[in-house]
Amino acid sequence: MAKADFEVPELQEHVDVPALEEGTMAHLKPFVVKNPDHNTDLGFPGELVEDWHDKTLEKLDDLRHRYRSLQVYLDACVKCGSCTDKCHYYLGTKDPKNMPVGRQDLLRKVYRRYFTFAGKFFPKLVGAEDLTRETLDDWYSYYHQCSQCRRCSVFCPYGIDTAEISMAAREILDSIGYGQKYCNEIIAKVHKVGNNLGLPGPAILDTVQGLEEDVFDETGVEVKYPLDVKGADILLVTPSADFFAEPHVDGLIGYGKVFHEAGVSWTLSTTASEAGNFGMFIGSYENMRRVSMRIRKAALELGVKRIVFGECGHAWRVAYAFLNTLAGPFDFLDPNYPVPQHICEFTDDLIKKGKLNFDKSQNDDMTITFHDSCNVARATRMGDKPGGQFEIPRNVIKSVCNNYVDMDHNTIGERTFCCGGGGGLLTDDLMEIRVKGALPRMTALQNAIDEHGVTHVAAICAICKSQFTKVMPYYGLDMDQIVSVHQLVSNAIVLTGQKTEGAGEAAEAAG
Amino acid sequence: MPIEVNGKSLETDEEGYLVNLAEWEPEIATIMAKEDDLELTDEHWEIINFLREYYDEYQIAPAVRVLTKAVGKKLGKEKGNSKYLYALFPYGPGKQACRFAGLPKPTGCI
Repeated sequence: MAKADFEVPELQEHVDVPALEEGTMAHLKPFVVKNPDHNTDLGFPGELVEDWHDKTLEKLDDLRHRYRSLQVYLDACVKCGSCTDKCHYYLGTKDPKNMPVGRQDLLRKVYRRYFTFAGKFFPKLVGAEDLTRETLDDWYSYYHQCSQCRRCSVFCPYGIDTAEISMAAREILDSIGYGQKYCNEIIAKVHKVGNNLGLPGPAILDTVQGLEEDVFDETGVEVKYPLDVKGADILLVTPSADFFAEPHVDGLIGYGKVFHEAGVSWTLSTTASEAGNFGMFIGSYENMRRVSMRIRKAALELGVKRIVFGECGHAWRVAYAFLNTLAGPFDFLDPNYPVPQHICEFTDDLIKKGKLNFDKSQNDDMTITFHDSCNVARATRMGDKPGGQFEIPRNVIKSVCNNYVDMDHNTIGERTFCCGGGGGLLTDDLMEIRVKGALPRMTALQNAIDEHGVTHVAAICAICKSQFTKVMPYYGLDMDQIVSVHQLVSNAIVLTGQKTEGAGEAAEAAG
Repeated sequence: MPIEVNGKSLETDEEGYLVNLAEWEPEIATIMAKEDDLELTDEHWEIINFLREYYDEYQIAPAVRVLTKAVGKKLGKEKGNSKYLYALFPYGPGKQACRFAGLPKPTGCI
């Protein structure tokens, strides 16, 4: 683990609401785009434009008309204070600009100054302020300390969604050439190569062939991880981290085993080798659409009948909530299945039909808890009942593990705390806010460890998994205490014809 | 900040990664390691060389599993895991070892 050059919060039994300390995080700014291509490839100016003042106001005016929600959010706040202690970044940093209302006000004060009657004539009375270069830098700093997790919106009596305000602010910044390196470089890679990592086809092929070997060595069963197979029934779109990182890849191994046992034909695609869509993080509809169109194109070219999404939080939001309007209509897919479907829905359905055999004892060395990822929890659903996005992943876990407990109810479900690394913040230059913002989640996890003997936390989001591996060591936990949900499935599933050696009695009975 | 090596000044990005891959020479890894308080051993070089070979073929750093598998095959199963790699490169094989090897930083949800 890297040495921390900032103070790591100490875990207590509860996260107390801290007394305000102004400016504690004012120093933190992610790297700005330096290579102009990373801006121009996305349709933004290569560097900060000279007339940024006018262009900023023009864009803000454009956005408040384009998105009525933004205008309502900027107008509706009554400063009731409900949101103030709900943001993990405020709880971890004490900085009032990391309170949701403080963050919103950074944009709101400019909106009021230039677009409301009171703000134009009596700015001081209504907290309206001029747009200056300092304002812009403040936006850049604090709108990149928001993971767009939307926890605050659950508690706001008006339903003000700070994530949308953050997205709008980032879109304004991008429109004047003041973009963030991490997000924009990644989106440029998706446009060019097909995924966030920039994995070319041959590297993906090499990786999945390696997985086939490993699974065969382990089980004696020829489970395939097909790539670019025309005429397959299912296109699996999964985060490219699933090919690259741990524990993500163990989840990918699990998806393949489930597809194998289901007896369906499926394929990955080199051109749609990314579920994630950072276009959402930067609030850019155009980029979100371009990224989504890759999936439509691949589905058409391969002639698939279904699209299934792997374990990726914000991808599921884009897929579940926006895919049809971004890249639809998907009238060429089989209407008997959800368009698109989540891998947890797919697995859960097979479990309920009794089509999968498990030896749960394979996970007996762990006591699992589940971290609800923000975008899945608060922006989507799974299955056909309210709350399915909470129940289905838990049902999958409980079907393959004997030992499961939830964390404190105030930190799960729709009240889940962000991992601290979502929304385009999963970059080393933001490590300080990532570690501090993880405080509430780490506190709940540590309590579950102390009270219930939890050993591992499972997640269905590539960002959460990577963030946990990086921040857990700062809090005295091990990086391998985070697992993929389908990694647990993979451990327990008994494949037809699998070598039973050492697999335990249950496996023999089942297999 | 540029890195000084054998009388040349080579450009690096904000995070210390070499901008031009072709300018890499082994000395660079040694200098970067020293800045991170590491002394490179043969074990480190095995990884660095593998990363460069893989990059040469695939234009991307190897996935963690590909790397651990290759290490396991070459150096024995007990070393074929990320714990071993993190013991060698505390900042992570992807990030630290890639930097030493002159490869670009892997990006994405990792």
